[in-house]
Amino acid sequence: MINLLLFPVIIPMLFGTILLFFPKNIRMQRIIAACGVAITFIAGLFLLAAVKTNGLQAVTLGSWDAPFGISMVSDLFSVLLVLTATLITLFVIFYSFQTIGFEREQSYYYPAVLFLLTGVNGAFTTGDIFNLFVFFEVLLMSSYMLIVHGGEKPQLRETIKYLLVNIISSALFVAAVAYLYSVTGTLNMADLAVKIPQIQETGILTVIAVLFLVVFGFKASIFPLYFWLPGSYYAPPIPVLALFGALLTKVGVYAITRTYTLFFTMNIEVTHELLAIIAILTILAGCIGALAYFDVKKIIIYNIIIAVGVILFGVSQMNGAGVEGAIFYLIHDMLIKAALFFLVGIIAVLFGTTNLREMGGLIKTYPLLGWTYLLAAFGLAGIPPLSGFPGKLLIVQGGFEGPNFWGSLVILATSLLVLLSVIRIFIYAFWGPPVKTIPINKSAYNQMFIPSLLLVIITVFVGVGAELFMPLISGAGEVLLNPSIYIDAVLKE
Amino acid sequence: MRTNDVMLQTATKVVTFIILMFAVHIFFAGHYTPGGGFVGGLLTASAIVLLMLAFDIETVKKIIPFNYVMMTAIGLLLALATAGASIFFNVPFFTHAYDYFHLPLFGKTSLHSAALFDLGVYLVVVGVTMTIIQTIGEDE
Repeated sequence: MINLLLFPVIIPMLFGTILLFFPKNIRMQRIIAACGVAITFIAGLFLLAAVKTNGLQAVTLGSWDAPFGISMVSDLFSVLLVLTATLITLFVIFYSFQTIGFEREQSYYYPAVLFLLTGVNGAFTTGDIFNLFVFFEVLLMSSYMLIVHGGEKPQLRETIKYLLVNIISSALFVAAVAYLYSVTGTLNMADLAVKIPQIQETGILTVIAVLFLVVFGFKASIFPLYFWLPGSYYAPPIPVLALFGALLTKVGVYAITRTYTLFFTMNIEVTHELLAIIAILTILAGCIGALAYFDVKKIIIYNIIIAVGVILFGVSQMNGAGVEGAIFYLIHDMLIKAALFFLVGIIAVLFGTTNLREMGGLIKTYPLLGWTYLLAAFGLAGIPPLSGFPGKLLIVQGGFEGPNFWGSLVILATSLLVLLSVIRIFIYAFWGPPVKTIPINKSAYNQMFIPSLLLVIITVFVGVGAELFMPLISGAGEVLLNPSIYIDAVLKE
Repeated sequence: MRTNDVMLQTATKVVTFIILMFAVHIFFAGHYTPGGGFVGGLLTASAIVLLMLAFDIETVKKIIPFNYVMMTAIGLLLALATAGASIFFNVPFFTHAYDYFHLPLFGKTSLHSAALFDLGVYLVVVGVTMTIIQTIGEDE
C-alpha cells in the first residue's frame, strides 16, 4: 500500500465531509465522528507497523518525481505524533458528548474537530515546507471556527486577537518560505537538506532560520511570542481547550524540531544556542504565569508554555539524549495536558467556577477524581515512574552532555515549580472545608470522568512501560539526528 | 428606502449569463492554460452575488434553491474520491488518468480525471463563498 501514510490525513477529512450532510442529527454525528477517528487510529497503527518494519515511508503526490512533486513522509517521529494526536482527538470526542452542549453539536462541531485532525496529521506527515504551510492553514481554519463556535462574548473578543496573531504569523510564514526558495531553489524538505549544506554563505540562511523560528514560535508559543495564548485558550469550552492545548502548540514544536534537525543545521552555534536560551526563558515565563493565577484553567494553560520550553531545550541540544528526551516528552505532554484539562473541566463543572479560592473539600465527595488528578499532576511534574520522568531525565542528560548544562539545572529547578503549581489545584479544590458543589447526574459525570481516567491510565502506562516505547523513540531520534536516512528515503537515490 | 434599480436589474439579467458562460469557459480552459475550478467557482459566485445585489436574497433563493453547505460537502467528496481513486490502483495519491476519445461534434478530445477533481474544487469554492456571503448578508 503505497498510500498508507496518507490514510491518517484522508480518513478524518472523509468523515468530516460526510458529517456535513446531516448537521442536526446529533446521534449520527457522535457515532460517525467517533468511528472516523477510531478508524484513523487503526490506520495509524498499521502505519506504525509498516514504518517499524520497512523504515521510512515516503510518497510523492501525483506520481511526480521527488523534489518537484509534493512529498509526504512518515518516519517514526511523525507517525508517533499522528497516533498520539488521533488518540487524544478520540478522547476529546467522547468527552464532548456531555460537555459541549446540543447547540454546538448541531452546528458543525464534530466536522470542525475532524478537519482540525486532518490539518494536524497532515502537518506531521508532510515533507514539503510549503505544504506544511497549507496544512497549518487547514488546522488554523478549523481552530478559528472552534474558538469562536458558540459565539459567547469572551470567545468573540479572544477570536479577534487569535485571528490577528495567526494571520500575521501566516503572512510571515509565506515570506519566510519565499526567502528560503529564493536562496535554495527548492521547498522539498529532503532536497533542502541536500542543498543547504552546499551553500557557502550561511549568513542569509541563519537569518531565514531565525525567521522560521519566529513563525513557528508564534504557533508553538515560545518566549516573547506566547502573549496571545493564555487569553485565547481561556475563551473556548473545555473540550476545545483540551484539543488546542494538546495539539496546536505541539504542531509548532514539531515544525521547529523538524526544520532545526533536518536542514537548519549550518550554523548551530547561533541558531541552536538561541533556541536553547529562548526555551529556558519560555520555561521561566510559563512558571511565573502558572504560579501567579488562582484560576484552574489559567494554571494548566501556562503549563503548556512551560512544556514547550522543556521540549525545545531538548531539541536545541542536538545530541541523542536531548532529542530522544524531547520526543518522549512531547508525546507525554500531549497526553497529560489533555488529561489535565479534562479533569480540571470536571472540577470547574462541579463547582460552577474556575476560581480556586471558591473551591474546597472535593476529596470527601469525589475521592476517585481527587486521586486521578493527583496522579496526573505527579505525571506532569515528572515524578518517577510516571510518564513525565523518562523524557525529562533524557532532556536533562542531554543538557549536561551538550553545551548548556545551566539549562538542565533550570529545568530541574522549575520541575518543582510545575509540581507546586498543579498541586495548588489539588490543595485548594480537594482539601479544606467542603464547598457546596453543583449536583450532577451520575451518568453525565461518568461520561466526563471515564475518558479522563482512561487517558490518565494511558499516561501511567507510557511512563511505567517506557522501556517498551524506547525502541520507537530512539528510532525516531535516529532519523532526526541523521538527516541522510530521511533524504535517501525521499529522494530514493 | 427603495431605489430605482430598473437599470441594474435589466443589465444583471443579461450580464449574469455572460459571467456564467465565461465561468464555464475558464473552468474548461484550466487544464492547460490559466483558469480552473477555483477561478471558475469564484466567477460563478460573483454572478450569484450580482443577482443578490440587483434583486434580494429571498428572490435569489427562489431562483437558485441550493443548500450551499451541501454543495461544499458534495464538492469535497467528489475531489476526495477522484484523488482517492489512485489508492485502488496503488499509485501515488492524486495521480490522474487521461486518454483521447473521439466524441461527436468535438472530434478528438482528451478527457482527464483531473477535470472531475476540478469540478469538486468548483463546487467547494461556490459553496463556501456563497455560504460566507449569505451568512453575512442575512444578519440584518
